[in-house]
Amino acid sequence: MIDFSVLLTNSLAQLVGTSAVFYALLALGLNVHFGYTGLLNFGQIGFALVGGYGMGIAVTRFGFPLWGGVLFGMACGAALGVLLGIPTLRLRADYLAIVTIAAAEILRLVTRSTSQTDLTGGTQGLTGYADAFTAANPFDRPEYSYLGVGFVRTELWAICAGWTAVALCVLLLWLIVRSPWGRVLKAIREDEDAARALGKNVFAYKIQSLVLGGVMGALGGIFYALSVQSLTPDFWSPPQTFFAYCALILGGAGRVLGPVIGAMLFWAFLSFADGLLRQATGGTDPLIGFIDTQDVGAIRFVLVGIFLVLLMVYRPQGIFGNRREMTLDAR
Amino acid sequence: MRPPGRGRPGDPGPPRRPVRLLLTILIPAAALLGLAAPALAGAVVPAVTQETIPVDGTLRNADGTFLSGVTVEALDSGGRQVDQTRTDAQGRWELAVPAAGTYTFRIDPESLPPGTELLQGEVTRDIAEDRLSVVIFRFGEEGEGLDTSTASQVLRLLVDGIRFGLVIAITAVGLSLIFGTTGLTNFSHGEIVTIGAVLAWTVNVTLGVQLIWATLIAIVLGAGFGALNELGLWRPLRRRRVGLIAQLVVSIGLGIALRYAVLIFFGGRSEPFVDYTSQIARSYGPIALTDKDLTTIIVSIAVMIGIALLLQRTRIGKAMRAVADNRDLAASSGIDVDRVVLFVWMLGGGLATLGGVLFALSELSSTVYWEMGFRLLLLMFAGVILGGLGTAYGALLGCLIVGVVVQLSTLVLPVDLKYMGGLAVLIVILVFRPQGLLGSRARIG
Amino acid sequence: MPADEAVRAALAGVAPEPGAAKPDPILVVDDVTRAFGGLKAVDVAHLEIQRGAITGLIGPNGAGKTTLFNLLTGFDRPGSGRWRFDGRPLHGLAPHRVARRGVVRTFQLTKALAKLSVLDNMRLGAPKQTGESFFGALLTPWGRQEKANTEKAHELLVRFQLDAKADDLAGSLSGGQRKLLEMARALMMDPTVIMLDEPMAGVNPALTESLLRHVKSLRDDGMTVVFVEHDMDVIRDISDWVVVMAQGTVIAEGPPEALSSNKDVVDAYLGAHHDRALEFDAEGNPIGETAELVTEMESVELGVDPSQTPTAQSVGLDRPDRGERT
Ligand SMILES: Nc1ncnc2c1ncn2[C@@H]1O[C@H](COP(=O)(O)OP(=O)(O)OP(=O)(O)O)[C@@H](O)[C@H]1O
Ligand SMILES: [Mg+2]
Repeated sequence: MIDFSVLLTNSLAQLVGTSAVFYALLALGLNVHFGYTGLLNFGQIGFALVGGYGMGIAVTRFGFPLWGGVLFGMACGAALGVLLGIPTLRLRADYLAIVTIAAAEILRLVTRSTSQTDLTGGTQGLTGYADAFTAANPFDRPEYSYLGVGFVRTELWAICAGWTAVALCVLLLWLIVRSPWGRVLKAIREDEDAARALGKNVFAYKIQSLVLGGVMGALGGIFYALSVQSLTPDFWSPPQTFFAYCALILGGAGRVLGPVIGAMLFWAFLSFADGLLRQATGGTDPLIGFIDTQDVGAIRFVLVGIFLVLLMVYRPQGIFGNRREMTLDAR
Repeated sequence: MRPPGRGRPGDPGPPRRPVRLLLTILIPAAALLGLAAPALAGAVVPAVTQETIPVDGTLRNADGTFLSGVTVEALDSGGRQVDQTRTDAQGRWELAVPAAGTYTFRIDPESLPPGTELLQGEVTRDIAEDRLSVVIFRFGEEGEGLDTSTASQVLRLLVDGIRFGLVIAITAVGLSLIFGTTGLTNFSHGEIVTIGAVLAWTVNVTLGVQLIWATLIAIVLGAGFGALNELGLWRPLRRRRVGLIAQLVVSIGLGIALRYAVLIFFGGRSEPFVDYTSQIARSYGPIALTDKDLTTIIVSIAVMIGIALLLQRTRIGKAMRAVADNRDLAASSGIDVDRVVLFVWMLGGGLATLGGVLFALSELSSTVYWEMGFRLLLLMFAGVILGGLGTAYGALLGCLIVGVVVQLSTLVLPVDLKYMGGLAVLIVILVFRPQGLLGSRARIG
Repeated sequence: MPADEAVRAALAGVAPEPGAAKPDPILVVDDVTRAFGGLKAVDVAHLEIQRGAITGLIGPNGAGKTTLFNLLTGFDRPGSGRWRFDGRPLHGLAPHRVARRGVVRTFQLTKALAKLSVLDNMRLGAPKQTGESFFGALLTPWGRQEKANTEKAHELLVRFQLDAKADDLAGSLSGGQRKLLEMARALMMDPTVIMLDEPMAGVNPALTESLLRHVKSLRDDGMTVVFVEHDMDVIRDISDWVVVMAQGTVIAEGPPEALSSNKDVVDAYLGAHHDRALEFDAEGNPIGETAELVTEMESVELGVDPSQTPTAQSVGLDRPDRGERT
């Protein structure tokens, strides 16, 4: 039968797990783009891709040390922000959404192309860049347990490093969005012509926003690459961006901590649903017989989709948000 | 459509043009299953540990017929046989290898039906744990009688491009009209295409109805599905005054839900239609076309003309243009906007279904798979935006450009990058004309 | 001599004709055109704006007033044309550069930044903020400047009777209050020229009075004001000079009293009937009261100086879709 204690501890682990970190970093970046500047970037996974691959390639192909690779990956995210921004930032919101998805897909296609095998490893992917990260692991016991939730030492190390990155990003955002700089971003989100009429160089601010959020996305990619220790191109597909949006909207766009809380809850919820379904459909005497355990992964995606729809319709301001201050225009 | 699996070293790589040289059908689903789902699962929940890793494929002869009863075996790196099987009536085979690693897959030539010419009967692959693997063997005569001069190659690609562009246009008309009349940027339109094609497949394969009739039935069902979308979701959302950006996000959620629902019910494989699987090309002067390619082109052109007449001549068509032009004005001049929008959704659903079937026939070797519409979605957007969102004729022009660019790009790009061309064109054109090719600028102040 | 009298005196010698040269022009516009498809929305051969004066810009709906504003402030690109501000060319500049030079505009359809507080809206207007650059925000102490800006914002809000609303979201303001906020926000920039697109539309009469006084005080501070207005009483009350546009061109210029006393026909329409909507049928022929007005005016036309008739027709009676009535 269904073992709720296992389900709960698993979900609890997801609350702080590697996925929560990954999507929190992606969503933090999206929050800068969308929550504060109103840029509908649907290619965030592309930023993560250049971050992760930038680091992997720099370390394995160019012989960078790990920290150099990390910086290089972040620089790649920043460069993508500039490159993508120059042609696209004059576009309408919906065009921008499509163009950014297209750009991220182009990146994925190029990465997985057999013609790029020498650089990116093609469909086989890239490994062997994370040795320095593994070696730096300060945790020496094989397993640690907190509040009944167990962590393997590699995972614990990744999680600690990841949450440190998240905390730094949150701190930076907290400082910057309450400054006059952040005020200009919000003004652009509300009405960019008004900002122009007040002498603000809207284009420059949008590029800065794209770069800042892009670097956070790149950090997400770097973190993912380090935590799973191998890069495969097809991981970096458009739905990942959509999940980051789920996390962002769930936690509340336009609030500093929104995306972080959103990512944590989103993955805890997903893991709970997933575990529940697996337990209900698996075993010798499944509770739900007509669903195959193999379909659970797919069902989870169906749930995510429905969840996103319901969230957008009934609580576009997020679970903690206040409808009046909501940044998404759902009127 | 999708890049074939990697061949063994020294293999010239995937054939550039699959017009005549025939291969077994690619089953992209495997690679796709390897995409988001398990990769993501890997990040969230440890992958379910499996004893063995499945590897599969389908054998299809040069004329498109399935090769049944053929022996396929898997050898490990030491040359020891680890598994062996025979293909079923649909040419399908599945083997299991014990662990990740490099394996060689081989067809026993003895077991082939007499007269079958095997081009590549041995494939070496790296098999990884977290994904399904597909192995392709090639049959038939390679490049026989094909004129390979650049000019004729360009011409062939041009024809392919126009065909592909027309298919994109058929699927995208609905996308453009829906945007024009309601302002919705519908990211779930690709799923309407997939579901349409899956409906046609179901009627064709499961119920045994000939594909033409099956398609007609599916078009009706697809129109109904479009109506369901409008009545069940979008109309209530408009009533609630949900903003356009929020609607866009809703459509993304709907798209994800529908896509994976198709995966659950249809499965992750590419499933062929019963009819029109043959790929024999006929020569028409300098170009060679298979019958289904020719039919695709003719049907598409006829449908496009029909749509043009509908928009220009009929009452409902004029009403559609009026609503697209100015919704409030149309409403105040007595047009029932809701009815027009409902009609647009039904038209869009029906056309997406037709487009899905044509897409499957002409580009996917007559197979249907769960992510086909989503793969097409970005190209649809590219075409529609090139033409200026919301303009019907612009959409046609834009889609043709995208189709041609995608095909012609294979002249300079590796085949697995061919979709990139269409997407790149989108970005480039928008840089110079942010309002699309035929669209007009919005006013300021 | 008070500012208004000085300005009046300076403009006294200027001939009341389109394109008249001013003694001390701050904005000089030459050959500006803008077409939308086949429609010439703006086609101004020459226009000068007097420094330190309040210039009213009037004309029927669709005359091209807003489009001219858009062009001059860089929000729209002209088909052709040049214009100079204080002797330096201003054309081809991006909107934010135009604003930084000191030519600040407001919008006819207000652009209150709905999810920012009224005070933040105001502070946004302050120029040259060190905290508005990314690194400046992180590394420089921008608090002092912010405090000064906040004080200035509060003063302006008091003047515009918005001080009670300072901490509310701008989205909660009424339509008229948004107009006020937009104007106050523009003033945060300390502009040299302020271009107001229908600032009084939707503002209640009592407040209009104080707004008018405020606009006059801007002139006293040495600011140049250009504003679009449909209310002839307002125009007569505060403008030193009036420019009349129709069908994209400047068809008349002059001091406000010249418009009403010299051009009786214009006044007959603009003064007496300006608040009445004109009505046309599908073919563009006037109907209802508008038709009566036309007959009335046509009878007047016969008896007046022929040189004045084009003005009358363009201002009052042309079909909105620019038919061939001349
Ligand atoms: N972006 C645009 N596209 C097409 N036509 C436009 C555009 N902007 C303005 N127009 C047209 O140009 C003409 C002038 O418009 P404009 O807004 O300048 O008039 P206006 O004088 O400000 O009128 P009002 O007094 O009603 O504000 C109108 O006929 C309008 O329809
Ligand atoms: Mg106007």
